[in-house]
Amino acid sequence: MSVKVDNLRVYYRTLRGDVQAVDGVSFAVADGEIMGLAGESGCGKSTLGKSLIRMDSRMRRVDGSVRLDDAELPIDDTRAMNKHRFKDVSIVPQYAMSALTPTRKVGKIIQELLESRGVRFAMIRPELERRLSLVGLSHDVLGMYPIELSGGMKQRTVMVLSTLLNPALLIADEITSALDVSSQKAVAETLVEFRDRGYVKSMIVITHDLAILYQVADTILVMYAGKLAEKAPAEVIIDSPLHPYTQLLISSLPEVGVTYEEKRLTGIPGRPPPLLNPPTGCRFRDRCPFAFDKCVDEPPFVEVEPNHSVACWKVF
Amino acid sequence: METAEPQAETVVAGTVVAPIGAAPRRRRGETLYFAFRNRKLVFGLSLLVFLLLVAIVGPLLTDREPFEFYDALGVSPSSEHWLGTTAPGQDVYAQFVYGLRASFIVGAVAGCVAAAIGMAVGFAGGYLGGIVDDILSMLTNVVLVIPTIAVLIIVGAYLSVGSLLTEAVLIGLTTWPWAARAIRAQTFSLATRDFVSLARLSGQGTWRIIVREIAPNMSSYLFLTFILLFGGAILIAATLDFLGLGPTDVMSLGLMLNVAVSNSALQLEMWWWFLAPGVGITAIVAALYVMNVGLDEVFNPRLRRT
Amino acid sequence: MLKLERVTKVYKVGTFGGKELTAVRDVSFELQPGEVVSLIGESGSGKTTVGKMILRLTPITGGAITFDGVDVSRLKRGRVKGYYRQVQGVFQDPFSSYNPIFKADRVFSMLRGAYFRQLSSAEWERKLHASIEAVSLDPAQVLHKYPHQLSGGQLQRLLIARALLLDIKYLVADEIISMLDASTRIDVLNLLGDLKARGLGVLFITHDLSLGHYISDRTMILRKGVVVELGPTASVFGNPQHRYTKLLLDSVPQLHTKWNGDGVLESYAVADDEAGVNGGSPALVEVEPGHFFAAEES
Repeated sequence: MSVKVDNLRVYYRTLRGDVQAVDGVSFAVADGEIMGLAGESGCGKSTLGKSLIRMDSRMRRVDGSVRLDDAELPIDDTRAMNKHRFKDVSIVPQYAMSALTPTRKVGKIIQELLESRGVRFAMIRPELERRLSLVGLSHDVLGMYPIELSGGMKQRTVMVLSTLLNPALLIADEITSALDVSSQKAVAETLVEFRDRGYVKSMIVITHDLAILYQVADTILVMYAGKLAEKAPAEVIIDSPLHPYTQLLISSLPEVGVTYEEKRLTGIPGRPPPLLNPPTGCRFRDRCPFAFDKCVDEPPFVEVEPNHSVACWKVF
Repeated sequence: METAEPQAETVVAGTVVAPIGAAPRRRRGETLYFAFRNRKLVFGLSLLVFLLLVAIVGPLLTDREPFEFYDALGVSPSSEHWLGTTAPGQDVYAQFVYGLRASFIVGAVAGCVAAAIGMAVGFAGGYLGGIVDDILSMLTNVVLVIPTIAVLIIVGAYLSVGSLLTEAVLIGLTTWPWAARAIRAQTFSLATRDFVSLARLSGQGTWRIIVREIAPNMSSYLFLTFILLFGGAILIAATLDFLGLGPTDVMSLGLMLNVAVSNSALQLEMWWWFLAPGVGITAIVAALYVMNVGLDEVFNPRLRRT
Repeated sequence: MLKLERVTKVYKVGTFGGKELTAVRDVSFELQPGEVVSLIGESGSGKTTVGKMILRLTPITGGAITFDGVDVSRLKRGRVKGYYRQVQGVFQDPFSSYNPIFKADRVFSMLRGAYFRQLSSAEWERKLHASIEAVSLDPAQVLHKYPHQLSGGQLQRLLIARALLLDIKYLVADEIISMLDASTRIDVLNLLGDLKARGLGVLFITHDLSLGHYISDRTMILRKGVVVELGPTASVFGNPQHRYTKLLLDSVPQLHTKWNGDGVLESYAVADDEAGVNGGSPALVEVEPGHFFAAEES
């Protein structure tokens, strides 16, 4: 297994107590697998992604472990993680494309970043240029300022940079959200291209957009309120979801071809529970149309079919 | 042990993620909580309040007058003259407390004048943009480069500027530009927010929007600006008075220093004479600036370190 | 009827307005009551600018916008209020639309002074509650709260309720659901559908083709400020004529069909395609009744 996460609990410290953002999450990502991590805002997917590479000072690992190729990652020790970052685990963070310093040329930004990691820019430049042309960018890009590039171009540049040292795991956090439709396709396909060429062994793609995941991910993991709801191959999740949340979520997505007059879609009433003092039992209980008395106990995340795991009493 | 509150932009279940750029949400009580815990603010404010009390109450505690001459010439502090006397025989304590009072008045008046002009120019330029902004910016830049001292020398030469209030108003008229620029910048960013568009869609006029939507959102910023103008005005007034360009019929701390230096107080080792006004000026300005830094930390949670 | 005729917006940029930037060029279309028209475009297409011009938030440089025959862009102060009684807008970011230091219902009380001064407190209360219920919210749950205490979905609905309070004829909805979660998006979208059935005309500005297809009767595709295709939604989506419309439709990620494997380099070419429509607006050619597209010179 390339990545194995075991019962990970990451909480945010606040003045009012701990926000239980990631509350007992276990999964594995195989070599060569692109796993999509889906969910709405507040479900903990971004926290999970960040905690695999860099926990900021507000986050605190309470329990669990993360193993990469059988070695444990020291996720709560920032200094120790430094050795792994960029080379073993790499991230394309949310808003990465806006984080390129506007007053420096792209080439200089990349050079400084690489040299801060102990990589000689001159040596890696040919490979860098090769990969840039792979994503449709000429090496002139290195001599441009970020403002001269479009959103999609910047995002692809950042993706090349993050994968330059061939990390075993790439975490892509909402990399398509701020892009136009045509750029989204280009960026999403780039992910697959990188995996196919072996630049990255496995990927965790975090997004709220299930449709993009259907296009590029092998497996989709759906999170709700800090816990895992369902995990299955992409087609299975979309075509035959088992968890009520997944079912309701998918049925609330309008596709090209559906109109309001023909088929009125419905959303999910209510809001996710606050993670400051989460309710006991199944966290989707209050909004679930199928809730029954067993739901006051928290359902375990169990494999009910080959490669298909769900946390729902109704399914068991 | 570090505890900090996640900003509104981070993910907290139950609310839609507020995008980067939204104002960080804080309860009212929390602002006060942090206010009273901020050492700089507490220190600065206490010092300022103390000095203000001295300025108000000080003159009432003595029957000595600042311009009167007494028999004791150049004596060090005693029970008769609490802060000693000057070389010609004036009571230093009386001069000090009246001078302190003058400093506060100058600071307040100049601060108000500068703040009023700065706000008018800054709001108008920032909100209206276009040609109005171009003209006001030019005006701001022109006034910015005019040296205050040169203006006051010229004014002093041609008009009989005697009063404290004139000095205060003139200082106000020359220090507003940086406040205008700062306010303009803030107004620019607020004016693009959707709630301003919504106010326009509700039929509200320009000044109404500025006063009721934009300014309240900048209230902490405006407050800080005023404090800096206040402190700056006191410093400028002290400088002018020290150079002998200020009013001579009103006792001020700068004037005290002026007379002290021209009477070689330092060489004569009459430390009480120049130390009192020096400490006075330093104390007020320092109190204001420290308060400002503290307040900035209170209003802006990102700057907090404790 | 809200009509745009050859509407153009040119920005002057640079110091003292040296250079010009054309954001919108010669856009013409009509909006009738009881219909939803989607204005679909990517970033830089000028779609938000069109919305702003209709709402008079930005001045129009050329052409005319008329509301029932009256030229909107040249209204005097007094008449503007009357216009806003008929046409209102809701914007993308619910948290930016509310002044954070005031309670959320202030957006309603702002209207009271301007439009409903003659109503008594009880009547105002009733009208307010009716509007809030019309958007499927419970007044007790949403009134007297600060914006940060409400969810994005509730905030957007309250803005729609605000617009309804005025008995508007047309609503400009600029990306109103892009910042909401998927599970709440559809509810707000359905609300627009209900309002359409009750006679409201909606200009639904979006970059998301699936949303546009779901809710709109007619669709307009905007690219770099120029209309490239316009017509009934079914025609535009089912029988796209313009190269750009086809590109957009191909790029949309679907839930049950995969993207056609043209290869990733083709996607880059599409995404980075800076070749705009040739300067000067190409004429619109009618391909089916009501379905127009911009014929390019090849």
